[in-house]
Amino acid sequence: MSTDTEPVTAPQQKTDDAQKLTKFQPGRGLLGLLGMLIVVWFLANLFLAFGYYPQWFGHKIVIAVLALIAGVGGAALLFWFLNMFVESLPQRFSLAVIPYAFLLPAFGLVALVLLYPTIQTVNYSFANSDSTAYVGLQNYATIFQDSEFWASWINNVLWLLIVPAFTVGLGIVVAVLADKLSATGERASKGLIFLPMAISFVSATAVWGLIYAYNNPGQAQTGLLNAIVVGLGGEPQTWLAIETAKLNSLLLMVILIWMQAGFAMVLLSSAIKGVPEDTLEAARIDGATEFQIFRLVVIPQISSTIITVYVTVFIIVLKVFDIVYVSTNGSYDTNVIANLFFNRLFAASEAGQAAAIVVTLLIAVTPLIIFQIKTFRDAEAAR
Amino acid sequence: MSQSLMRDGRPRSYVAIVTMLLLTLLWCIPTIGVLTTSFRTRDDAITSGWWTALFNPVAADWTTANYGGAWVGANMGAAFLNTIVVSVPGTLIPIMFAAFAAYAFTFIDFKFKEFFFLLIIAVMVVPIQVAFQPMLNLLGPNGLGISGQYIAVWLLHTGFGMPLCIYTLRNYMTTLPHSVVESAKVDGCSHYQTFWRLVAPMSMPAIAAFATLQFLWVWNDLLIAKLFLKQENTTVIVQLQQLLGTQGQGQELLTAGAIISMIVPLLVFISLQQFMVRGMTSGAVKG
Repeated sequence: MSTDTEPVTAPQQKTDDAQKLTKFQPGRGLLGLLGMLIVVWFLANLFLAFGYYPQWFGHKIVIAVLALIAGVGGAALLFWFLNMFVESLPQRFSLAVIPYAFLLPAFGLVALVLLYPTIQTVNYSFANSDSTAYVGLQNYATIFQDSEFWASWINNVLWLLIVPAFTVGLGIVVAVLADKLSATGERASKGLIFLPMAISFVSATAVWGLIYAYNNPGQAQTGLLNAIVVGLGGEPQTWLAIETAKLNSLLLMVILIWMQAGFAMVLLSSAIKGVPEDTLEAARIDGATEFQIFRLVVIPQISSTIITVYVTVFIIVLKVFDIVYVSTNGSYDTNVIANLFFNRLFAASEAGQAAAIVVTLLIAVTPLIIFQIKTFRDAEAAR
Repeated sequence: MSQSLMRDGRPRSYVAIVTMLLLTLLWCIPTIGVLTTSFRTRDDAITSGWWTALFNPVAADWTTANYGGAWVGANMGAAFLNTIVVSVPGTLIPIMFAAFAAYAFTFIDFKFKEFFFLLIIAVMVVPIQVAFQPMLNLLGPNGLGISGQYIAVWLLHTGFGMPLCIYTLRNYMTTLPHSVVESAKVDGCSHYQTFWRLVAPMSMPAIAAFATLQFLWVWNDLLIAKLFLKQENTTVIVQLQQLLGTQGQGQELLTAGAIISMIVPLLVFISLQQFMVRGMTSGAVKG
C-alpha cells in the first residue's frame, strides 16, 4: 500500500520539471484562488436569481437546463481552480497539501450536512421547543414518559427483528432455487424479483395500497386481499387498522421485504455461485444430502455475504419512515421512531423533543458503527 | 423422481420451477394491479377490482386519460422535470467530489489517512434525520436563504451520498494495479493528471455502479425533497405522497401518478443493472 516514496524519486527522474515546479507561482495561485471565489459567487447569485426572479428566464425548462449545467459545470470548475491553486505552491509544500486538497470538497460537505448537524442536534436536544433556551434534560424526561415513544421503539425493534431476517432468508431461498433453473428462467425470475428495488418507498406503498384497499361490505371489493376474503365468504377488513397481533405493522413490513428481497438475492446468489465446486463434490462423495451440503458447506462459505446483506437491510430498517408516514402516519399503533421524530418536529413543533428522539436513534446506531469499523479493519488486515 | 435434463445437462428441478414461478408471480401482482388500474376509467375502478379487467379485457373500459389527468391536473409533468433537475446533479456532483477523495485515499499517503477513512465509515451509518433541524435553520430564510431551491437539495444529496461513494470507489481503486500509477508519476504526471487520464477512466465500472444506486436514491427520495424544495420545485415522489394523502382522490389518478414516478428509475435500473450488480457484488466480497 505504501506510495510514500515518490516525492523523493519523482524529482530525481525529471530534473528540469522538478526545477520548474519547485518555484512558487504567485500568478497561478492568485488565479486559482480568484477562480474559486468567482465560481462560488456566480453560482450563489444564479440560484438566488432562479428563486427570486424566475420571470427573467422565461420558461421553466430554461431554468432546468441552466441549473443542470451550472451545477455540474460549477463543481468541475471549482476543482480545476483548486488544483491550479495547489499546483502553484512550492513543490515540496504542494505535494504535502494535495491529498488534503483532494479530500477538502468531499469532507467539507460531509462536515456540513452530517457532522455539524449531528453535534447541533445533540445540542438542540437540551433546548426548548424552538431551540431558543436550554432546558437541561427536560426533553428526555418528556419523551421517556411518553408511551408513544416506547410504542414506536417497540415497533421499530419488531421491524428490525423481522424484516432483515426475512429478507435474507427469502434472498437465500430465491438464490438457491433460481440456481436450479435454466439460464433463461433464472435470468427472467431474478430480474422480476429484483425490480421492486428500483422504485420509491412512496410508490411501493401506493402499489400495495391496491392490495390492502377496503370497501364497505356489499360494495365491490377493489383491494385484492379483501376480494379474496369476501370470495371465501368472509367480511372485508380494514387491514391497516388491525392492531391485533401487530397485523397492520406486519403488512407494512411485507412492503419493505418485497422491495429488498431482490437486493439480498442478487448478492447471495453471486456468493453461492462463487462457492468452489470441489468443496461441494467432496461433500457429495462423503455421502452428504443436498440439504446437509447446503447447511454445512455452502452457508459457512457465504456467511460474510449474509452478514453484509443483513447489516445493510438492518440499517435501512432502522430509519424506516416513508412507508409508515404515507400509509398510516403512525396511527393504529404502527408508529416507528423516524415517523415519531418527523411528527414531533413538524406537526407538533417540538424541536427539542424531536432532537432528543433522534439522539436515541443515534445511540442505537453506535454499535453498528463500531461493527462496521471492525469489519473494515479485518478486511484490510486480510488484504 | 424422473430425471429429465435441461439443455445444459443439469437435472431439471420441478420443485424449483413451480416455487419460482409462484414467487415471481407473487412479486409481480402488485405492480400489474397498479399498471392495470392506471388504464381504467374511474367508474370501472370503483365498481370492480382491477383483475376483472384483466380476466375480461374486452368488456373493460380502457382509457389513457388518467395519465393526462395526472400529468397536468396533479402537476406530475412539472414535478417530472424538477425530479430530473434534482437527480442528475445529485448523482454527478457527489461522484466528482468522492472520486478525488477516493484517489487520495488509495494512491497518496498522508497524515490522519486512516482517521479520515474511519470517519467515512462511521458517518455512513448516521441516520439522515439528524440533519433536518440544523440544515433547515442553516439553509432557511434566517440562514443562507437557499432552502426551497434545487441547490439546497443537491448539497444535501451530495453530502449524504458522499460517504458510500468514497467507500465504494476507494474499494474499487485498491484493486487497480499500482504500477500504472507509479509509472505515470515517473513520467512526470501530477496527481491531477494521473486522476483524470488514468484512474478515473479505469474506475468507470465502479462509478457506473454507484451512479445507478445514487440516481435511484435521489429520484426516489421523499424526505429531503419534501423538506427542502418549495412546492413549484418539488419532485414526483412528493407529488405522489400528496396524492396519497388527499382523501377522495380516485385510484385511477393515483395509479397513473405512481407509474409516472416509477418509469424512469425502472428504465435506469433495467439498463444499468449489470453495472450495479457487478459493483455491489465486488463490494460485498470485500465486506
